[in-house]
Amino acid sequence: MSYIIDRRLNGKKKSTVNRQRFLRRYKAHIKKAVGDAMNSRSIMDMDKGERISIPTRDISEPLFSHGAGGHIERVLPGNKEFTTGDRIPRQSQRGGDGGGGGASDSGEGVDEFVFQISQEEFLDFMFEGLQLPNMIKRRLAGNESFQIVRAGISNEGTPGRLNVIRSLRAAHARRIALTSNKRRVLRELEHSLDMEERKDSALRDQRKIEAIKNEIIELRQRISRVPFLDDFDLKYNLLIRQPKPRSRAVMFCLMDVSGSMNQATKDMAKRFFLLLYLFLQRSYEYTEVVFIRHHTSAKEVDEEEFFYSRETGGTIVSSALKLMRRIMRERYPASEWNIYGAQASDGDNWNDDSSTCHRILIDDIMPHVQYYSYVEITPRDHQALWEEYESVRALFPNHFAMEQIVDVQDIYPVFRQLFSQKVTARC
Amino acid sequence: MLETFASGSDSQKSDSSGPISTSSEWTFELIQEYDCAISELAEEFGLDTYPNQIEVISSEQMMDAYSSVGMPVGYHHWSFGKQFISVENNYQRGLMGLAYEIVINSNPCIAYLMEENTMTMQALVIAHASYGHNSFFKGNYLFRSWTDAGSIIDYLIFAKNYISRCEERYGLDEVEAVLDSCHALMNYGVDRYKRPYPISAIEEERQQQEREEYRQRQLNDLWRTIPKLGEGTEETQEKRFPEEPQENILYFIEKNAPLLENWQRELVRIVRKLAQYFYPQRQTQVMNEGWATFWHYTLLTELYRRGRVTEGFMMEFLQSHTNVIYQPGFDSPHYSGINPYTLGFSIFSDLRRICENPTDEDRRWFPDIAGSNWRETLQFAMRDFKDESFILQFLSPKVMRDMKLFCISDNDKENEIVVSAIHDDSGYRQLRENLAGQYNLGNREPNIQVFSVDTRGDRSLTLHHTQYQRRPLGKETTEVLKHLHRLWGFDVHLNSLNGDEVMASFHCPEQGRDRQEGEEESMLIPKPI
Repeated sequence: MSYIIDRRLNGKKKSTVNRQRFLRRYKAHIKKAVGDAMNSRSIMDMDKGERISIPTRDISEPLFSHGAGGHIERVLPGNKEFTTGDRIPRQSQRGGDGGGGGASDSGEGVDEFVFQISQEEFLDFMFEGLQLPNMIKRRLAGNESFQIVRAGISNEGTPGRLNVIRSLRAAHARRIALTSNKRRVLRELEHSLDMEERKDSALRDQRKIEAIKNEIIELRQRISRVPFLDDFDLKYNLLIRQPKPRSRAVMFCLMDVSGSMNQATKDMAKRFFLLLYLFLQRSYEYTEVVFIRHHTSAKEVDEEEFFYSRETGGTIVSSALKLMRRIMRERYPASEWNIYGAQASDGDNWNDDSSTCHRILIDDIMPHVQYYSYVEITPRDHQALWEEYESVRALFPNHFAMEQIVDVQDIYPVFRQLFSQKVTARC
Repeated sequence: MLETFASGSDSQKSDSSGPISTSSEWTFELIQEYDCAISELAEEFGLDTYPNQIEVISSEQMMDAYSSVGMPVGYHHWSFGKQFISVENNYQRGLMGLAYEIVINSNPCIAYLMEENTMTMQALVIAHASYGHNSFFKGNYLFRSWTDAGSIIDYLIFAKNYISRCEERYGLDEVEAVLDSCHALMNYGVDRYKRPYPISAIEEERQQQEREEYRQRQLNDLWRTIPKLGEGTEETQEKRFPEEPQENILYFIEKNAPLLENWQRELVRIVRKLAQYFYPQRQTQVMNEGWATFWHYTLLTELYRRGRVTEGFMMEFLQSHTNVIYQPGFDSPHYSGINPYTLGFSIFSDLRRICENPTDEDRRWFPDIAGSNWRETLQFAMRDFKDESFILQFLSPKVMRDMKLFCISDNDKENEIVVSAIHDDSGYRQLRENLAGQYNLGNREPNIQVFSVDTRGDRSLTLHHTQYQRRPLGKETTEVLKHLHRLWGFDVHLNSLNGDEVMASFHCPEQGRDRQEGEEESMLIPKPI
C-alpha cells in the first residue's frame, strides 16, 4: 500500500531562509531601490512593498559553457520545406542564432531580475541602521499586555502540561520512601532464610522456614501494592502570565501652514512626518501622534485635517510650541511617555517671536522630550529662527537636531541623518 | 511492497467494477482507490517500483520544492532564494503554471501532488510519478549504479547540518563564498566512471572526521618542500602531477588544493556528492520523462478500457496529455528545443508498436525487436541505456517522420547553413546519430580537465579544454576561473585546445597585470562577485 500523506499543514515558508540570504547578498542594490522609492512615492503608499530590480549580470551564476562559433550540428523538429542539401542564408550574426535553434545556449535573457519585497522587508531596509535616540522609558500602565513565561513546576495543571520526567521521578522517589523499611526487613528475612537452609538438614527447623517464607510472601505483596504512579506524583509545567512593561511614545508633529509655505513645501513636510510616524510605529508597541498646525495661532487637529486642510495665515511659531507645552503637561507626563517632537517650517517667523521660541524650548520642552528635530524646508538663507535653534542645539547636543531640506530628494537622506545610530559617549 | 498491495486491493477489485469516481473533486479516499487500481495494473504490466509515499501539498509548498531542486531538505544558499523568488514572481504574474508533480528518487519514492489539481490530474500524476518515474529510478542502470535511493535523504540531512555548523563557526560569508565557487564548478564534480558506494548519515559523520586527518597528511606530502635525504639532484625527470588528466575538478580540488581548510574541503565534497546524485537525471531526461509519460498513458487508457474511469475523465486526461507532449516546430515562437516528453513518449510508444505490429521497414531496422514481447523489450530499453545510447538504438524512422526531424549543419567557416539530413531514407541514420550526439553530455558541456600542477614552482594549476568541433568557450569562462582560483588559492590557467594547437588561453589572475603583494590571500577572502 502506498502511503498518502497530507502535508498541506506543514510550513509553507521553507524557502524563507534562502530568500533572506538572497536579500542579504543584494542588500546594496535593494537599499538603493528603497531610497529611490522613498523619493518618488506618494505620501499615501509610503509603507507599501516595493519592486526591486537587479541587473541580471550581477546575480548570474557563471558556468563553463560553449560560446558561439565552431561547427554545430543541430536536429530540429517540424520540417516543412527543406530537403537535404538546401542552403539557408545565415541571419544576422548577432541575436538571430541561426534559424531559431538552440535557444538555451544564449546566456542573456531579460536584463533585469525584478522581484517584489514585502512591506515588512521594505520598512526593514528603509529603517535599517536607524535608531531612536536616547533612553526609552518603560512603565507598567493599567492595560499592559501579558507575556506567558515558564515558572517552574507545580502539582496542579492540565494534562497537556504534564512533565513526564518530573512525574516519574517523583513516583520513583515515593516508591523508594514507602518501601524502604519493608525491603530492609525483607532482606533480613531472606538472609535468615538462607542461613536456615544452609544448616545441616538434621538441624533445620522446618516450621521456622515456613514461617519465614510466609512472611516473605506477605512482605513482597505489600511492596507490590505500593502503586507505580499515584495522583500526587504528577507534576506539571507551570506557566504564569507576567505583565510586560510597555513603552509608549507620543510624537508631536508641528507644521507651519502659513502663507509663506507653498504646496510643495507642505508636501515635503508631510513626507517627513510620515516617515517619522512609520519609524516610531516600528520602534514602539504603542505610539500616539499629536498633530499641531499653526500660522499665527496653533490648533490641534486630526490627521485628516493636518495633512489636507488648506487653511492659512501669517506665522507665529511660538504659538505651536505653547500649545505643545500645554498638551504635554495635561496629557503626556514625561515620567510615563517617551516624547518626540518634530517641527517643520520654512523658517519664516516674526522676528521677535523667535526668541520666545528659544525660551519655551529651553525651559519647558527640551528637558522633557527624548528628541526634538527641526527641519527647515527652504532653498533660501536661514533667518532668525534657525539661529535661535542653533543655540538650542548647542545646549542639548544629544536631544536636538536640525537639518535643512531643499527638495524632495533630501528628505530621506536627512531623515537618515537625524536618526542614524550615534555612538554617544554615554553608552 | 507488492504483496501488501495485492492483499490490500483484492477486496476492492472484487466489489468494484464501475468507475471509481465521477466528480472532479478529489478526496483522500479516492486518491487511495485510484492508487490501488493503478498499482494493480502496474503490477500486471510488470513494473517494479519502490514503495510510494504520496504527499499532498499546496502551491506555495510546491514553489518551495521547486527552488530546492525538489529535495525535501536542503542546505541554505542564496541561489535557492533567487530561484524561489523568480518562480514566485512568474507564478504570481501568471507567466508559468507549476508542474503538476515533483518526484524524488528516494526509497520510499516521494511524489508531491498539488491540492489544486482535479481528481483526473491526481490520477495522472500518480500514474506518471509514482509508477512511471518510480520504476525508472529503480530499474535504470545509471540510477542503480550511481545513486542510492535509500540514503539520499540521510545524506541531505547530514549536509544541511554540517553546513549550518560551519556557518555558525566560520560565518555566513565564508561558507557562502566556498559554496558559490563549488556551484560554479558543479558540473565538473562528477565521476563518470567510478561508482561511489552509499553510506548512512551517521557513518558519513564518522568518516568525515577520518577524512579530515587523512587529507591533511596527504596534502603535506604533496606540498613537501624540504628535500629528502639521499635523493639529491637526481630528480631531473620530474613527474607531471596529476599523472593523468583529471575530469573531476571538484574532486581534485578537494584532495589537492593547498590552502583550503578542512571544513572547506568538506563543503566541496558535499556539492560534489549532490552533483553526482543528479548526474543520472541529467543523462536520462528523455528516457525518464518518456517512460513516465508512456506509462501514465498506458495505465490510464487501460483503466478506461476496463470501465474504471469515465469518459469525462478521459477527455480531461487526454487534454493534459496532449499538452505535455506538444512539440512546437522549430519556426514557432513557442519553440524552445526538442520536448523530451514528446521524443521519449514517441520512441517508447513506437517501440511497442514495432513489437506488436511490425512493418517491413521495422523488420529491416529492428530485426531483433520486431514482433518480440513488448513488455520485455521496453523493460530492456529502460534498464540498460541513457539518452544518447537510447536514441541511437531505438529512434525509429517512423518517429523521425512523425516529428519531421531535420538536421542543419552550422559551420562558422561557411557563409550558409546547410541542411545536412532530413527524414528520408538517406537521412535517417545521420539524423539519428546527430540527435543522439545532441544528448551526449560530453558534447553539450565543454570538456575541461585538470592537466597539471606546478608543484615545484608557483603552484599554479593548468586546465585543458579539448574543443569539440572547434567550439570555443563561452563568455563566463573568466568568471568561473575566478571561482576556481578562489578554491585553488594560486594562479589558474586554462588552455583551449583544438588538437595540439592552443586556440585561446584564460588566466586568473589575468596576466600582464601587476600582481599586488598578498593577492593570493586576498582572493580567499570572499568578495561580492
